[in-house]
Amino acid sequence: MPPVILVVAEVAAGHLARLSTEAATFARDLAAEAGGSVLGVIVDSDPGVAAGELAAYLPRVVAVTAPSIATELPAPHILTEVRRLVDEGVTHVVLGASVDGRDVAGALVAFTGWGYLANADSAAWSGEAPVMTSNVLAGKAVVHSTLATAKGVLTVRPMSVTAAEAGAVGVVEARSASGEPAIPAVVVLDRVTEGGAAVSLEEARVVVTGGRGVGSIEGFAVVEDLADALGGVVGASRAAVDAGWIPYARQVGQTGRIVKPALYLSLGVSGAMQHRVGMQNSETIVAVNKDPDAPMAEVADLFVIGDLFEVAPALAAEIRSRRS
Amino acid sequence: MRILVLAKPVPDTAVAAERMGADMRVDRTAAPNVVNGNDEYALEAALQLVEAHGGEVAILTMAPANGVETMRKALAMGAMRGVLVTDEALAGADVPTTIRALAAAAKTEEFDLLLTGLFTSDGGGGAVAAGVAALLGLPMLSGAAHIDPDPAAGRVKVRRLTDNGYDLVEAPMPAVISGTQALGTPRYPSLKGIMAARSRSIRQLSLADLGPDIAPADGAWTSTVLGFDPPPARTAGRVVNLPADAAAREIADFLADRRII
Repeated sequence: MPPVILVVAEVAAGHLARLSTEAATFARDLAAEAGGSVLGVIVDSDPGVAAGELAAYLPRVVAVTAPSIATELPAPHILTEVRRLVDEGVTHVVLGASVDGRDVAGALVAFTGWGYLANADSAAWSGEAPVMTSNVLAGKAVVHSTLATAKGVLTVRPMSVTAAEAGAVGVVEARSASGEPAIPAVVVLDRVTEGGAAVSLEEARVVVTGGRGVGSIEGFAVVEDLADALGGVVGASRAAVDAGWIPYARQVGQTGRIVKPALYLSLGVSGAMQHRVGMQNSETIVAVNKDPDAPMAEVADLFVIGDLFEVAPALAAEIRSRRS
Repeated sequence: MRILVLAKPVPDTAVAAERMGADMRVDRTAAPNVVNGNDEYALEAALQLVEAHGGEVAILTMAPANGVETMRKALAMGAMRGVLVTDEALAGADVPTTIRALAAAAKTEEFDLLLTGLFTSDGGGGAVAAGVAALLGLPMLSGAAHIDPDPAAGRVKVRRLTDNGYDLVEAPMPAVISGTQALGTPRYPSLKGIMAARSRSIRQLSLADLGPDIAPADGAWTSTVLGFDPPPARTAGRVVNLPADAAAREIADFLADRRII
């Protein structure tokens, strides 16, 4: 039987999350290889805009209005709608490997007993099942795995798939939420915005990152100024976060954010494997480091041996003078 | 408060690559195991909560029999006792089986909070905690940066990191919470703790202790690893060593060539 692949999309600030455009592209390509069909579901208190955006990627989108999501975490409500679609014939569920995506995946695997393939970087259809490829052990190996069952759950790692719209716009089908979720609700009491760039690290075209070599909170002024000159946002290595120079929300790496900007420029970042996992898919990588043996040299397109406190201000000035 | 911390022994990634065979599989008996990093942050949070509110921290692990060694490290940090789910029939268990086994084991304990890491450093599927919460019918609060229980009211508040700040979420206890390094730096075990850990009890549970229908017969797992490869190599680029102004021009030219500026 040809598979019916469901993409579970997420909403971020009223719009379709970037990761969901990647998951939708991943699922559509997989369905095409398998000779199966693909559809998407979006569950939100106000899913309209994001559902319209998802229809650019998929032939059919189910938009479920669940008013409770305005004041509760989404995962229990998403799970309920996904199970309803499973009852209607979905054989494979594809989610983004986000915090909410993993929560839905875990509960779905628990209730269905289906196989789970996590953090796919890519996948191909082979015979009766998807075969996925994923980086494991902090990027030291690539594993190929498959489902032994006819049905399953897959998550897609952020920034692994290049999102591409389908040629035609799909049909959006509006639904109301099915009712009380099967798993307990979690109430959202408050949503707090803390200082930070308006553009998130994941969305930024340019990311300028400071590491141990930055040396202090004050040292990050140099990183911020270069980011400003390049129109980018500031990131950090774990060493800089652990030292308390910059908040954890700015951390790039296995236990932080995964980014794939057009330019990743690192200042005083040694490039430990756990950091590289979070940035090695960047289109262009430039690194400035005093230490010629820093592991970042293994992935940098241009590696500059030098003092970041001299090179970064000079570069910021050079860029500003070329722009003016 | 009674807190159960779900902690997984994982290969130490700092050395695992050196212990890989030609087939890229990690020999888990040769590579040293450590407590999964994110689980260690959860354990630290649990120890601090018990220091503030009173109570006890216990460790729940599913692993081969040598998992005891890694559990001793968690006990040395201050956990009072351990529960080890271990059975040869669980070797290589898939995610649904792992979820069923851990949920059944958690049911043998009484707890107010079940804490764990957001994901592990080896498989990294990050789905087990939510699966366990689903089977136990408990609320799942994931991505915690700060945990604030109110034992008298029987409720817990959690700060959950978002792209531009955090959400403050709340649920009744018992609840399942997963967290990351934002929970705080794990303490080093003291010598006294290391000594004390030797005599703390680790209760072992086999598949038979957990009840029927946990694992499929004959290890018929729902997912299969086909093989491993080395990661695709990224070709190293150009290296320059110039005075700062010349280096800055070199970088600017390079970015202009690539139409980034």
